[in-house]
Amino acid sequence: MADESYPEGLLYHPEHDWAKVDGETATFGVTWYAQDQLGEVVFFDPPDVGSQVSAGAAYAEVESVKAVSDVFAPMSGEVTEVNEALKDTPEKINDDPYGEGWMVRVRLSDPSEADSLMDVNAYKESLGS
Amino acid sequence: MPVQYEGIRQEHVAVRTRAGLFDVSHMGEIETSGPGAEAFLQHLLSNDVTRIAADGAQYSVLCREDGGVLDDLFTYRLGEDRFLTVTNAANHERDHDWFARHAGEFDVSVKDAAGDYAMLALQGPEARAILARHIEGEAPGRMRTSRARVAGVDCLVCGTGYTGEDGVELLIPPDGAVAVWDALTGDGADPVGLGARDTLRLEVCFHLYGNDLSEDRNPIEAGLGWVCKLDTNFIGAEALRGYEPADALVPFAFTEQGIPRQGNPILVDGSPAGEVTSGTMSPCLEIGIGMGYVPVTAREPGTKIEVDVRGKLRPAEVRERPLYRKEQ
Repeated sequence: MADESYPEGLLYHPEHDWAKVDGETATFGVTWYAQDQLGEVVFFDPPDVGSQVSAGAAYAEVESVKAVSDVFAPMSGEVTEVNEALKDTPEKINDDPYGEGWMVRVRLSDPSEADSLMDVNAYKESLGS
Repeated sequence: MPVQYEGIRQEHVAVRTRAGLFDVSHMGEIETSGPGAEAFLQHLLSNDVTRIAADGAQYSVLCREDGGVLDDLFTYRLGEDRFLTVTNAANHERDHDWFARHAGEFDVSVKDAAGDYAMLALQGPEARAILARHIEGEAPGRMRTSRARVAGVDCLVCGTGYTGEDGVELLIPPDGAVAVWDALTGDGADPVGLGARDTLRLEVCFHLYGNDLSEDRNPIEAGLGWVCKLDTNFIGAEALRGYEPADALVPFAFTEQGIPRQGNPILVDGSPAGEVTSGTMSPCLEIGIGMGYVPVTAREPGTKIEVDVRGKLRPAEVRERPLYRKEQ
């Protein structure tokens, strides 16, 4: 499991999801805190490519041996790519939550939603750290 | 008992490959003694209590008059007229009340002994080797018990467990439990939590009361007919005599991705026909596994079923017990 970290340059959603915005598109995943709460991830159930995701709504599921958790979309848009590697190696969500553990790429329907997300300092503050 | 210490999968693998130690002190105990003890337990417990040897152990269920299962239990014979029955924590009070209520007709004394024992389970292929380094006296064989000192503490050592691995369960005076825990965990036994206890028992299809067993199901439906000796006339035997079950508890495994969970509907031929009672991701098989009740027409191993996991239909197959078998 990775050491606790919250990279600069990402946008954070209160449900412990991150977005890396690049113009009209963004990559989503879950934060170190989320994977730590969940424990070892043994299954990632992705959305279909082409499906719509809405900011604040669940778009995928991650499961540990013991429990299921929803993954919430930090922003809205259409899924253009899912991280197929997580099908066989869902533990990458634990090992590298901001890198190889990315979950989906999305074509954003409203890039201005970024304004409602937290920067790294605000997110860390929300964790009480 | 925590859900996990270091991680469910890691603890699970430790028990399958080396040794793990579980603190199962939440389990309850009832001590039954007196000249009528054997006849009394024969009346209450589904198995043939007269066949428990002097240092023996036996698995059975406790039934209501209608056959509904009140608990599943291990009973150890401590002496000719003395028995110790281990109860599930959530059922302990009800079990004890049930014992006490039926004791009147017998020359027997029933004692709630839950406060007299801590319980540790040492399980895994290396469990006996670790025990051997700390025991003064004989370790019991499978389904046997012995009195021995472990780490300097007088214990009832039982050759039983809930993991499908070899090992022992130790019934210990509470003030000696820490010494035993420290000695065994300090000598190669990994602490194991409730999470791995559940995945280990489910891989080998041991029932969990509250999931796979309940008052609404009888032992025949649950596949526990083998512990029901109807000719002993235990409470519930009458209801089970000639009983033809409509449903049966079956183990199953997913044939594609996904993880079944308790309460997921089971579909047979595309129609809802049952429900998952236990489900998890098997750390050894690396597939979703579970148990659930299905119509008896779908009980044969190989039968294709589907499980509705939060709206997604996951293909599965009824399997033989146990789902996991140690490589020879």
